[in-house]
Order: sequence, then structure tokens, then C-alpha cells
Amino acid sequence: MTYFVVQSLNGLFSAALLFLIASGLTLAFGVMRIVNIAHGSFYMLGVYVAYTVAARTSSLLAGALLALFVVAIVGFLMQRFFLRRFASQPLAQMMMTMGFALFFRDAALMLWGGDPFTLPTPRWLTGSMEIGDIVFPWYRVFVIVVAALVGVGLWIVNDRTLIGARVRATVDDPEIAAATGINVARLSGGVFAAGAALAAFGGVMGGPILGGYPGMDFELLPLAFVVVIIGGMGSLKGALIGAIVVGMIDNFGKALVPELSYFTLFAPMVLVLALKPTGLYGRA
Amino acid sequence: MNAVRALLLVVAVAATFISAQTNDTRPPIKIGFMVPLSGGNAQNGRDILNGFLMYLDEIGYRAGGRQIELIVEDDEAIPAVGLTKARKLVERDEVHVMAGALLSSTGYALAPYITSMKIPMVYPVVSADDLTQRRRSEWIVRTGWSGSQPNHAFGEYAYQKLGIRSVVTIALDYAFGWESVGGFERTFAAAGGRIRQKLWVPLSAHDFAPYLAQIPRDVDAVYALLLGRTALQFMRQYEEFGLKGRVTLIGGGTTTDEHVLPFMGDEAIGTVTALHYSAALDTPANKAFAATYRARFKKIPSYYSESMYTGGKWLIAAINAIDGRVEDRAALVEALRRVRPSDLPRGPMELDAYGNPIENVYIRRVERVNGELQNTVIDTFPRVSQFWTFDPDRYLSEPLYER
Repeated sequence: MTYFVVQSLNGLFSAALLFLIASGLTLAFGVMRIVNIAHGSFYMLGVYVAYTVAARTSSLLAGALLALFVVAIVGFLMQRFFLRRFASQPLAQMMMTMGFALFFRDAALMLWGGDPFTLPTPRWLTGSMEIGDIVFPWYRVFVIVVAALVGVGLWIVNDRTLIGARVRATVDDPEIAAATGINVARLSGGVFAAGAALAAFGGVMGGPILGGYPGMDFELLPLAFVVVIIGGMGSLKGALIGAIVVGMIDNFGKALVPELSYFTLFAPMVLVLALKPTGLYGRA
Repeated sequence: MNAVRALLLVVAVAATFISAQTNDTRPPIKIGFMVPLSGGNAQNGRDILNGFLMYLDEIGYRAGGRQIELIVEDDEAIPAVGLTKARKLVERDEVHVMAGALLSSTGYALAPYITSMKIPMVYPVVSADDLTQRRRSEWIVRTGWSGSQPNHAFGEYAYQKLGIRSVVTIALDYAFGWESVGGFERTFAAAGGRIRQKLWVPLSAHDFAPYLAQIPRDVDAVYALLLGRTALQFMRQYEEFGLKGRVTLIGGGTTTDEHVLPFMGDEAIGTVTALHYSAALDTPANKAFAATYRARFKKIPSYYSESMYTGGKWLIAAINAIDGRVEDRAALVEALRRVRPSDLPRGPMELDAYGNPIENVYIRRVERVNGELQNTVIDTFPRVSQFWTFDPDRYLSEPLYER
């Protein structure tokens, strides 16, 4: 029982990080039909920038905020000056994001070296929650709560605001959306930048536990893609459900049948694709 | 990476140019060197290279009366790339001797090629047991260690000196992890200890929670074999899940090696590990090495850094022993097996008949001294062989350690 509770809580923690990363990925895909291979790089750059700032100012909050800002700018520029030129050429765009991913990886190695690091855990979040035999770190609880709040925030923006309505319209049909006067190009830039910032935020939130190191950019990316494919590309709700499914399966898979951890992860994806090719909440 | 390589080539070319000015009649000795200089293992590769550069500087890039030309390649930690680079070094650059490699997989991939080309090779780090055991090559000399070597000593120590009776192991799921845990288990169980559970972690793991939640609280100790960022993440999460202070943490040397120790916090304090080196080793040779390394590279030397300082010293001693006649490859490899340089940072070392070092194994405990974490040496096993106290022939007739 204890074991089950702890593993479930941790599944939620994995889901929380995955949601932060996958929500940006799915939004960018929905609006621009871009499969962004460099999304993992935003996740990585988030931790690295936060680390640099936190080391200088000894403020984790300043590091987190600046990381979001810097990575959003990087995402915006990447979309504005490179991806936008290749609108409606998905293959060219994908190869370009691949190129960016490799560029960011080498740039990070050059700028920060190859040593691993972790971000400091905020003092008030150290230690673990202990209820009977159940031990679970407070910081992980915090990450779950924050991701839930981000999810609610995204839902409000997406469902209750004019910007959200424009985004949804563009996801459904970019051409008709443009015909109604929505500036699809500018909207795409904004969504892409926001998605990059979300990934960076995921990196910062994971920082005290997972840290930063070369290679992290391609580590969670396959998981994030599985989340997006299970949930349906372009759907925020799908990203949420997909993240929980993948987080739980990944966690229990590793705990119960470690030899099959990749199988247990990709099997549900294949199953979903076979039964509902657009994903759980995706539209054709 | 290319910047590093370009710089080294400049150094090499400059060295050649200087040699042309001295009245040296023989062409330079070409040493081919490869480690990962890009990707996730780049920093370990750089540490190894740094140690080598430091030693070559000390001797002014000269040995056996000849100039030394160093050619550096990036093997990207991919065995196939390593093999391609080895071909390039041997067939195009026509190097006289090679050194390097980080991963066991690369080490195994290179071995058949090295043997077929009859090119002397120094492995400073690759620790896969069988490279100097059941699948050894007469052309490969290992100046590092074999994975199970310090763990044989440590298994016995854990039972007898640390008073540990039951252990859960958590280790990376590949040859290095299997051999380390296998070596530890063998002597620990022989002494009377019990391994309660073995947890194997894939190399891609970043969250250790699924494994940490399985560790029973009534076990005496957890033995952890990790390296690089996995060691950093594990240490942090071990404390996170309330295990630190309740269950003693011991492990293989890489878990607290100096390549990752400076990035850890107080959570690492008290961890006891075994390895053939510690940057905090209190000998004149090591103190001088560590101080110089630190002044030059602004970092504490890791065991990787020491590996190719000592490996370089070994190689140069062999070249000196044959007066620089490196064209005679058989003589060079014979000299590599025969020489015995002294004043090594890690302490005394010699090679056994199988091409693996017989060297001290240090039991180290992580402490904070003058504000910095270090691996304080608390005990020493002198002259440990890869076969521990077992008979080599019988040992080799038994299977290699596996999961």
C-alpha cells in the first residue's frame, strides 16, 4: 500500500514535469504544425540560464524568471527569423528545428562546459512529508501543485480569453482564422515563445532534483512526444491526460518491470494510435 | 570540440616546428589519442586529456631523444566512431602508439582492430574486466583498473570494518555496474554478508524515485554504483526520500569521484567508497599533482584526470626505456609491460602478467574540509590485484560477473 502510494505520487510528479514540457510542444504543433525537435533544448536552456543567474545573484526566483524570459526570447527569434520563412513546409521546418537542437547542444557545451549540476532546493521546501510509512519529498509535492496551477492558468487563457479563442481558431483551421482577421503569423510567434518558456519552466522546476547536464535535451523529448501523441496533437487537455498516463506508466513500469521500461512506455502509444489515430483528444 | 582539437593541432604543429630547429634527426613520435570531447561524456574526456597534456608539458613534449606529436580525436563516446577514428589515426596519421577511450563499449570495439594492426595501446580508464582477463590482447596495456578490482577489497571491508551485514545494491545496468556489484557481492557474501536486493538502473535514468521507494528501511547499507550526473541526481534524491542518515550509503568510487563531487552538497557527506585514487590522497606526489592541476585547469583533479597523467607517465617511461625506437612496436609494448615509474599520484603501481595494474585500493569517506567536499582516505589496501586473493587460472575459468 505504502509502496503503491509513493509510486503513484511520484508518477504524478513525472506527469507534472511532462505536462509543462508537452503543453508547449502541443500548442506549437497545433498552431503551426511544427514538430519541434528543439523543444528539449528549451528545457535544457531553462536550467542552464537559471543556474547561471542563481549562482550570481543567489536568488532562485530571479534565476527562474530570467530563464523564462531569455528562453521565450530565443523561441520568439527562432520562430520569427527562421521557422516563419518555411511556413507550410513541415519537413523543412522539422529539419531546421533539428539543426537548432544540435546547435543549442554544442553551444551549451561550449558556454557551460560538460559538468553536471543541480539547482539549490528552496530552503522552505527541503525535507519530506511523512505520513506513517509514506515518505514523499515536499519539493515534489510543490512541483505537482505548481504544474496544476499552470494547467488551470492555461485552461483559463485558452477557454476564456480572446487570445485563447484566436489560438483555438488557428488550431482548427489556420486559413479560415487568417481570413477572419487573426494575425496568424504574430500569434504563432507568441505561442511558440510561450511554449519555449513553458519548457524552460519545466527545466527549472526539475532543476533541484534532475539538474542540468549535457544530453538532457534529448532525454525527456521522446517522453514528451509520446504524451503529445497519446493526448492528441494540439490539445491542451490531451497533454494533461497524456502526461498523467505516461508519468504513471513510466514510473510503475520502471519500478515493476525495469527490463521492459521502454516497452511499457511505447505500448500504450501504439494502442492509442491503433484505436484512435488522432490521439485521445486530437482532431483530424 | 573542434576548437579544442584545432588548438591541440596548433600545439602539435608548433612542437614539430621547434623540433625541426633542434638538431633532431629522427622524425617525431606520433601518439594518437582519443576520448569523447562532445556529447554527454565530454567533460570526463576532457579530464583525461587534461592529465595527459599536463604530463606532456612537464617533459616538454620530448621522450627517448625525440619530439612528441600528439594527435587528438573525439570518439563521441560511440564505439563505431571510436573505431573510425582509430583507423584514421593508424592508417592515415600513421601513429606509433595510441592511448585513450573512456567507455567500456568503445574499449571492446577497438580491441580486435588494435590486435589485428599490432599497434600498442594504453587504456587509462576503460575498466571492463575481460579486457585484461578472458579477452585480453597482448597489444593492450591498461594503466587504469578493472571494475571489480577495488570492489573485491571493499566487499570484505564493508563486512569486517564497517560492520555491515545486509545490503541493497543500486547500480547502472551495464557491464561496469555488473562487474562492480559482482566483485563486491563475491567477497561480501564470502565474509558472511547478504545482498538483499539488486536494483539495476538504465543509463538513461534521471529520476531515482521508483528505485528508492523499493529500498527497505531495515537494511544496513545501500551500495550505489553511479557516475556523472546520475551520481549527482541519486545523491540529491537519496536525501530527498529521507534515506540519508537512516541507511548508510556506500558505493563504487565513481559515485563520489571528483568529476562530480564538487557539484554535490552536504547530502554526500559520510558516503564511503573504494577506488584506486583520491584527489585528497596525502602523499607528496599527489599533493604536487593536485596543486599543479588545480592551478592550470581551475578544477580538482578527478580520477579521470589522474588516469592519463599516470598513463602518460607510463607511456613516456616505456618510450625512454627503448630510447625512442617506437617503430619497433613489439619492443614498445614489451617495454610498456616492463617499466615501473615511481612517484605516481595514486601511489605505487606495477602491471601483472595480464596487463592490468596491481595498485593500492583506497577506502574513502566524503568529508567537508576547508569548505570543500573531498574523499578523505580512511584505509588502504596495498597492492591489490585484479584477481584479489584468488588464483588467476581458477578465476579465469569462472564466468564474468553478470547481472
